[in-house]
Amino acid sequence: MLMFILRRLASGLVLMFVISTATFFLLNLTGQDPVRQVLGPVASAEQVEAKRQQLGLDEPLITQYFQWLGSAVRGDLGRSWFTNQSVGELLSQTLPPTLSMVIGSLILAACFGTLIGVTAALRRGRLDHGLQVASTLVQAIPGFLVALVLALVFAVQLRMLPATGFTAFSDSPGKWLASITLPVIALALGSVASLALQVRGSMIDVMQQDFVRTLRSRGLPERSVVVKHALRSAAGPSLTTVSLMFIVAISSSVIVEKVFNIPGIGTQASNSAGRGDLPVVLGIVLVTVVLVVVVNLLVDLAQGWINPKVRVS
Amino acid sequence: MTDNLVTGTRKSLEVVSSAPQGDKLIKKFLREPSAVISLVFLALLVVVAILAPLISSYDPTATRLADVLAPPFTPEHPLGADGVGRDVLANLVYGAQTSLSSAAIVIAVSLLIGVPTGLLAGYRLGWIDGVSMWISGALLSLPAIVVLLVVLARVGRSTSLALVVFGILIAPSVFLLIRGSVRAVREELYVDAARVSGLSDIRIMVRHILPVVITPTIIQAALLAGAGIGIEAGIAFLGLGSSDKASWGLMLNDASQNIFNAPWLLLWPSVALVLTVMACSLVGNGFRDALANFGSSAGSVKAVKTAKHTDSTPEPALPLEKAPVDPGDTLLAINDLRVSYPRPNGEKSDVVKGVSLRVERGQILGLVGESGSGKSQTAFSVLGLLPGQAHMTAGTLSFAGVDLLGMTPKERNRLRGARIGYIPQEPMSNLDPAFRIGSQLTEPMRHHLGISAKAAKNEALRLLARVGIPDPERVFKSYPHQVSGGMAQRVLIAGAVSCNPELLIADEPTTALDVTVQADVLDLIRSLQAERGMGVVLVTHNFGVVADLCDQVAVMRDGQIVEVAAVTDLFTNPREEYTQLLLDSALDSTSKTQAHHPVETDTTTDMTTETEGAR
Repeated sequence: MLMFILRRLASGLVLMFVISTATFFLLNLTGQDPVRQVLGPVASAEQVEAKRQQLGLDEPLITQYFQWLGSAVRGDLGRSWFTNQSVGELLSQTLPPTLSMVIGSLILAACFGTLIGVTAALRRGRLDHGLQVASTLVQAIPGFLVALVLALVFAVQLRMLPATGFTAFSDSPGKWLASITLPVIALALGSVASLALQVRGSMIDVMQQDFVRTLRSRGLPERSVVVKHALRSAAGPSLTTVSLMFIVAISSSVIVEKVFNIPGIGTQASNSAGRGDLPVVLGIVLVTVVLVVVVNLLVDLAQGWINPKVRVS
Repeated sequence: MTDNLVTGTRKSLEVVSSAPQGDKLIKKFLREPSAVISLVFLALLVVVAILAPLISSYDPTATRLADVLAPPFTPEHPLGADGVGRDVLANLVYGAQTSLSSAAIVIAVSLLIGVPTGLLAGYRLGWIDGVSMWISGALLSLPAIVVLLVVLARVGRSTSLALVVFGILIAPSVFLLIRGSVRAVREELYVDAARVSGLSDIRIMVRHILPVVITPTIIQAALLAGAGIGIEAGIAFLGLGSSDKASWGLMLNDASQNIFNAPWLLLWPSVALVLTVMACSLVGNGFRDALANFGSSAGSVKAVKTAKHTDSTPEPALPLEKAPVDPGDTLLAINDLRVSYPRPNGEKSDVVKGVSLRVERGQILGLVGESGSGKSQTAFSVLGLLPGQAHMTAGTLSFAGVDLLGMTPKERNRLRGARIGYIPQEPMSNLDPAFRIGSQLTEPMRHHLGISAKAAKNEALRLLARVGIPDPERVFKSYPHQVSGGMAQRVLIAGAVSCNPELLIADEPTTALDVTVQADVLDLIRSLQAERGMGVVLVTHNFGVVADLCDQVAVMRDGQIVEVAAVTDLFTNPREEYTQLLLDSALDSTSKTQAHHPVETDTTTDMTTETEGAR
C-alpha cells in the first residue's frame, strides 16, 4: 500500500514538473515583450531596460527557468510583475473562494448524484427513464449558462441571493453560504447528472451479481444489502467520475466566477493571463496541477478502501 | 463536459463488440425519435448558417449607438439589438456559423490525434502503449480552460487557436476509445488469421480494425461537437475569442452585462446554445442506444431459446405418490408452481410450468434435470429470490405449515437465512468482494439471533472449523479473493447453516469445484444434514451426487416434473422414458468420470453431457 502511494506521488511530481516546464516555455515562446506590457507604451528605452534587469529577464531563458524552478521547489513562486505582490500570497487569497465553490459543488453532486442514481437503479420503470433523459439533457448544458440563468432568476428577478461577490467564511458564515449558493449549484448541476448516470449504471450491474442474491438469501435487511454492500461495490467506477468532475469543476469555475464576480483563482487566472503576468499564471497552473494530483491520490486511496483487491496489488 | 466525454467513451466501449452492419444500425437509429429530431435540427442549423447573409442584412459585428438595446419585434431589429447596438438576429445566425465551425475544428483535431495514436497503442501495446497512456492521463488531468487561458495569454484573442488546443486536450477521450476497441478485437480469430497470412500491420489496421471502430468514433464525434460548441461559447463569453466573429458566447457576455436592464437578451443565445449542444448529445446517445439494442436483442434470442418449449396444454401436475408421511412433518410443500418471464415482444415465456414437490423434515430431495429445465428457478421461488421481472404463481407454497404466498416481503426476508439456508453454485462470485469473510458470516447471525459481536465471532470461528477449514482465524480475517474456491464454498456452507435453518437449499453446490474437493463438500453437507436434521433440496445435474446423498429424486424437464421416486427405485427401475434417457446418457460418460470420481456406488454417473443426449 505504501509503495502504491509512493508510486502515485512520484507520478504526480513528474506531472507537475512536465506541466510547469511546458507552461514556462509556452509563455515565453511567442508574443510581445512582457516588459513593454508591464510598463506601457510610453516608458523610455532606459526604463524598459532597467525593469528588464530588475525582473531578471535579461538572463538567457534557460537560466530564468532554473531560477524559477529553484525557488519554486523551495516554495517561493516569485512576485507579480504588475503588482509586485507575492504569488504565494495572491494564491492564498484567491484559493478559498474557488475551493469553497468547487468542494461545495462536489459534495452536492456526490449526495444528489448517488441518491438519484441509486433510486433510478432500484425503481427502474418510468421514474428511471425520466431521470435518464433529464440527466442527459442537463449534462449537455454548459455550466456558465446555468450560472447566468440562476443569476437572472434568483439574484436579479427574485432578489433572494446576492448576484455578485464573495464573503469569507471567517467574516460571516451566513453570508459566505449565501454568496456561494448559486455558483455551487451552477457548478454542481452537470456533475449531479453525470454522476447519477454513472451510479445508476454500476448499481444495476452490481444488483444483478450473484453475491447480492446470496446476501439476500441470508435474510439481511434490504437497507444493508443496498447501502452497505451493493453501493460499496458500485462506488468504484463512480469515484473515477468524481476525480474527473473535480477537474471539470476547476475549469468551469473560471467562467462561473466571472458570472458571479467572485475573486477566485479563475478570475485571477483570466486577469493575469490577459495582461501576461507570467509568474502569477505559472503559480496558478502549478497549484491547479497540485490540487488535481492530490484529488487523484485521495480517489485512489478511496478505491483501495472500497476494493481490497486494489489494496493488495 | 470532459467527464461526460470520458464516461461516454466507457459506455461506447461496452457496446463496441456488438457493432453491427451500417445500414441495419441506421434503421435502428431512425427508430429513436429524439435522435432523429435532433439530427433534423442540426441539419436546419447548417442551412441557417450557410444562408446567414440572406436571413439578415446586418453585419453582426457592426455597432450603432442609435440602436443600443433596441427593443425586439421591430421591422429594423426583429429580435432587438444588444448593449452596443448589434443586431441580435444577425448575431444569432452568424453565431451558428461560428458554432458549427468550432465543432468541426474540435472533431478534426481530436480525431487526427486520437485515432492514429489509439490504433497504434492498442495494436502494438508495449512501451508505446505505456507512454501514450501516461500522456493521455496527464492531458485529461488538466483543467481545459486554465490551459486555454495560458495559451491565449501569449497569442492574444483567437477562437480557432483555442479550439485547436481544446481539440488536443480532449483527444485522449478519442484515444482511449480507439485503443480500447482495438484491444478488444486484436485477439479475434480473423485478425490472427490476417496476421498469419502475412498482411502488414498497417493493412490489418486499415482493413480489419478500422471498420470496427468507425461506429463508436461517430458517437464520440457527436459528443465532441457538443463539447466544442460549449467551449467556444465559454471562450467568447470570457472575452477571449476572436473579436471579428459573431458568437453565441459573446451574445451571452453582452446579455450578462445588461442583465438588469435587458434580461431578454439572454433568451436567444441560451436557447440556441442549449438546443444545439443537446442535439449533438442526443444524436450521439441515439447511435449508442441503437448499438446497445443491437447487443441486447442478440442476447435475448438466447434467453428465449432456453425457454423454448413444445407448446401444449399444461399437463396436470404429477400426483405425489411418494408422500405418505403425516402432514405435520412436511417441511416444504409446493403445488402447481409456475414461473414466467416477459419476452421483449410482450408475450410470456414459461420456465416453470406447474411443479409440485414435497420435502419432509430431515429428508434430502434431489432436483435433477438438464440446464434450463427450471430447477434453479424452482429453488429461487422457494427462497423468494427470483429476479424482479419474473412472474410467479402457485397453488400452494408453504414452509413448515406456513403459507409463504401470503407473506409480505419483510416476513419472507425474516425466514431467509434464519430458517431457510441457501448454498449457491459458484463460490467466488457469491461472496461480497469488499468485505472480510468474518463480517459476512457474523452479519446475518447478529441480525437473526441478536447476539453480540463477540459471540457471533466465536460462533463463526466454530463454524469455520466445523466445515473443515484448517485455520479459521486466518480465513475469518481474509477477503474472499485471498481464499481458494473450495474454501470459499465451505465458507458459504458455513454461512448457510449459521442460524440453524430447518431447510437447506443447495443449488449445484459442487459443480464449480475441483473434482478433488467435490466429494469432501458433499460429505460435509451430508454430515451437517445428519447432525442438524435439516430438510434439503439439492439442485443438481449430477446423478452421482444424487446417488450419494439423496433420499428422494424429482426429475425435471422443460419446466415440469416428469418423475418423483425414492432414489433406489429411480436407479433400478426408472418409470419414465426421459429418466431412462438421462441415466443412459449419463452412463455413457461413466468410464471417463469414475476414474476421478471417488464415490463407490454402481450407479455413480456424471451427466456432464446430458443436454444433447437427452433431447
